[in-house]
Amino acid sequence: MSTFYFIAFLSIFFSILVISAKNPVHSILYLILTFFTFTIHYILMNAQFLAIVNFIVYMGAILVLFLYTLMLINLNKESEPVKPFMVKIAAVFGGGILAVALVSSLKSLGVSDPVVLKNPELGLVKNLGKVLFNEFLLPFEVSSVLLLSAMVGAVLLATKDPKEPKATI
Amino acid sequence: MESLTQTIQAVPLNHYILLSAIIFSIGVMGVLLRRNAIVIFMSVELMLNSVNLLLTAFSVYRGDASGQVFVFFIMALAAAEVAVGLAIIVMIYRNTNSIDINVLNRLKW
Repeated sequence: MSTFYFIAFLSIFFSILVISAKNPVHSILYLILTFFTFTIHYILMNAQFLAIVNFIVYMGAILVLFLYTLMLINLNKESEPVKPFMVKIAAVFGGGILAVALVSSLKSLGVSDPVVLKNPELGLVKNLGKVLFNEFLLPFEVSSVLLLSAMVGAVLLATKDPKEPKATI
Repeated sequence: MESLTQTIQAVPLNHYILLSAIIFSIGVMGVLLRRNAIVIFMSVELMLNSVNLLLTAFSVYRGDASGQVFVFFIMALAAAEVAVGLAIIVMIYRNTNSIDINVLNRLKW
């Protein structure tokens, strides 16, 4: 039980560091740590398939994509101007109001039951595969079309058009 | 594995909702606070992940596998979204030599 609270504290701590780090590379490294704590959460809930997918897709693919883009656009030190102080206060205030609204609506629910794993095989690949290929077969196939179109779109957007004259903005 | 799953036996569902709400709010704060487009993107990822965690917690709570399949679809969607979004950021950087989102305020009207 205390493992959950320790890992939850770590996820909140690292996610605060993500949005407060000055250097974008540090932000990405803290985001990797945050996703690692999420993987531990999945393992604690015995969702082994999601833990592995989270580890491979988020920490392996998406974060490397972020780092790669950061390397491509070659940020120098003075490229991020800071927002005015009042805007920062307003932003933290707005986020805090959202958190307070969510938590106070949660309070009105009263004490909830503990999360108990009724079926220990719930998150295993064998069980999830049966659900995925029976009830969710059509969304699964549609998501392949989505990934293909995203890949084509990304390549189309990111490649330079050689005929077009250089933009002068 | 048995000893691992024993550790969550006593965590109330409310605490999972609380954790996800806090991390979602941190993501919203990040979108509002920062001007670097890539950091804003990372905050969006943070929000998506908090929702994923909550869906998994609900799925375990109800004993229904559909929630975890949904998380899988959200992950596929996030991968596609990140690829297209980062391509757009690279294109913006090529045109304006900056990824400060205030450069793009002419898109407003």
